Amino acid sequence: MDVILFTFFALVAIVGAVSLVLQKHPISSALSLVSVMVALAVLFLLLGAEFIAAAQLVVYSGAIMVLFVFVIMLLNAGAERESRKGGLAQFLGLPLTAILLVFASMVITQSMANAKAVKFGAFSGGGPREVGWELFTRYLLPFEVTSILILIAIAGAVVLARKEID
Amino acid sequence: MTHLLPPEFFTATVPLNAYLILSAILFAIGACGFLFRKNIITIYMCIELMLNAVNLSFVTFSYQFGKVDGQIYSFFVMVVAAAEAAVGLAIILTIFRNRNTLQIDEIDTLKN
Repeated sequence: MDVILFTFFALVAIVGAVSLVLQKHPISSALSLVSVMVALAVLFLLLGAEFIAAAQLVVYSGAIMVLFVFVIMLLNAGAERESRKGGLAQFLGLPLTAILLVFASMVITQSMANAKAVKFGAFSGGGPREVGWELFTRYLLPFEVTSILILIAIAGAVVLARKEID
Repeated sequence: MTHLLPPEFFTATVPLNAYLILSAILFAIGACGFLFRKNIITIYMCIELMLNAVNLSFVTFSYQFGKVDGQIYSFFVMVVAAAEAAVGLAIILTIFRNRNTLQIDEIDTLKN
């Protein structure tokens, strides 16, 4: 059962990602990204990360993607125009990402040769209780610093997006 | 349905490397989109895709070592991505208001 679920949602994620890159219209790309995020949430669940899976659905496919779709609609963004002004990235981009992928796979298969197999339910330390416990004891300082970051982000977004008042 | 399939089928497990390689594939696709696309919003979504791929790696390693720390890191990545989305989309709004375009090859005043 694990194999079926993993294969299905991994395929959904990869197809969604490819569709995100290939779609010409931003709104289609955004919907492809939502499918990738939902598939990844299921994979997090398979890995025993219940809280992160829920947060993935709420924060990413809920909040962030709504923000993206909202901005696309607001700007009335049409289909992307083709342009051959690319330069170096057009020629070197594909080979370099292929090299990156091959090297990453090599490192993974060599260094993680004796990794344990993933079995659903084998790791149960990812519930809200465990995550919250770690977050408010060992990771308290990073957690508090994050709140300052969010405050700055809110102020920055408001300052950037407001209309100029003359 | 249980008697149609061999019992090993239901107890078969996925190797951990499969998750890591899936994460690498998603990251590479995101990097490709970042390099080839011209729409600033699509480029932004490719960055989100790469962040998600890294999150998958974090959660996979959290499983491998049996500790919750990796999930905490991926939680922080999510929070930072949310903050980044808010500020970045505000910047995109400002660029569109000033330049009236979303094509990055038309926003090249700083180049040369």
